[in-house]
Amino acid sequence: MELTASIRKELLLQWRTRAQFLAVLVFGATALLLFSFAIGPDASSLRLYSAGFLWLALLLSSTLTLAESFQSEMENRAFEGLLLLPADPRGLYYGKAIANWIQLTVLGLALVPVMVVLYDAGTLRLPALIGIILLGSAGISAPGTLYAAMAAQARAKQMLLPLLLFPLIVPVLLASVKACSLIILGDPMGQGSSWMMLLVAFDAIYWSLCGLLFERVVED
Amino acid sequence: MELARARITRNGTRSLCYDALVLPNESAIETVGLSRRYGRRWALVDVGIAIERGSSVMVVGRNGSGKSTLFRVLATAIRPDQGTVRIEGFDSKTHRLEIRTRVALLSHYSYLYEALSALENLQVIARLMRMPSSRQDLIPFLARVDLEKRGDDAVMTFSAGMRKRLSLARVLMQDAPVVFLDEPYGQLDPAGFGFVDRMVEDLIRRGATVLMATHQVDRAASLCGQGLMLEAGRVVGLGSAEEIARSSRASVEREELRSWS
Repeated sequence: MELTASIRKELLLQWRTRAQFLAVLVFGATALLLFSFAIGPDASSLRLYSAGFLWLALLLSSTLTLAESFQSEMENRAFEGLLLLPADPRGLYYGKAIANWIQLTVLGLALVPVMVVLYDAGTLRLPALIGIILLGSAGISAPGTLYAAMAAQARAKQMLLPLLLFPLIVPVLLASVKACSLIILGDPMGQGSSWMMLLVAFDAIYWSLCGLLFERVVED
Repeated sequence: MELARARITRNGTRSLCYDALVLPNESAIETVGLSRRYGRRWALVDVGIAIERGSSVMVVGRNGSGKSTLFRVLATAIRPDQGTVRIEGFDSKTHRLEIRTRVALLSHYSYLYEALSALENLQVIARLMRMPSSRQDLIPFLARVDLEKRGDDAVMTFSAGMRKRLSLARVLMQDAPVVFLDEPYGQLDPAGFGFVDRMVEDLIRRGATVLMATHQVDRAASLCGQGLMLEAGRVVGLGSAEEIARSSRASVEREELRSWS
């Protein structure tokens, strides 16, 4: 019940501030464009590194999205107001984390066509690509939401979130890039599924652990 | 350890009480040795109060005297650094959720989402509290604070006074037996003062325990039975609301004389 209420609130807030999502999308696309300049015009090199750059662009964009998700909560201390209600803080956490997951997934999917155009990295295995983006976004949003809650209460919040988040999600980033590369470049050895299993394992750990820790992070 | 504490009863008498003598079901609010600091500065020092159920207490004190901190600790928004807090018999360290079902706080912060409308803000609260959350269910709360015609407008378009009224509607919705009102008259126009007066009267009539921190001392004294005065985080006065109002006025006059001399 609390989870449903929390998700509804988050999605409503995201809809009301959708201009910010468009700004983040433009930021991600710009990052992809700039990364392509580092490789140069060589088509095979562009294709080789496309998955890595897609996830780097998504990771950089995610810090903006995650930080923004707590901006409206801190404006009038609205989140403190919610914590003072007789509601389980875990419901509030999972509501926000799921909403962030949805937003990051949409962002990741929206960046795919940009990657295809800029890096000549098309693939016909779209369901698998969508699956990896779903799993990778989940691996970023669960700890990202927890750390965004911590960073929102700190003074140097813009600096703190990436500092805390990036080292923690290295395994997720690595697995997402590898799995994505195998889809784009081909997977003759059938390694893709093991990377996806690794992603599932990390997601399970992050989602359960962060939910348990959230109350301690936000309570005073 | 100081066992004696200030005690406020419904009929306004004051007395000292001892831990062993206070039954949990008697008091709505009990604190023992309550202290809270921000960095090195102590905002509350050794506050010991026991307030009976159904009491209405005016809390006065200068800016920075600890009124808001006291309310935030009692409402479980922040934890005490020392001492204990019991609300309706529940310890704030171990039974936060139980306390939160029983208290409502009108804070300095509006607790409102700027991007959402007035009605949507109330819907968020209603859904999380598992209350009916349809427009028909919530419009009466907006009507009580004269905002029913602005229910669909985003909070970001509201004036400070309208935000305060919406926050009051939020408190009304919670229908809590213990209510903390921190500066309820702040930012309100004269009509808004009337809303607050009626709201407090209504809460008292319902038997709620009401604590109201305000600088509108005379107005609050006419509504509340008892008074509590804070200075530098300590309880320095306790008695009937009229007595505390007189002490507060005398304190203000002393300060004014000191600033002129």
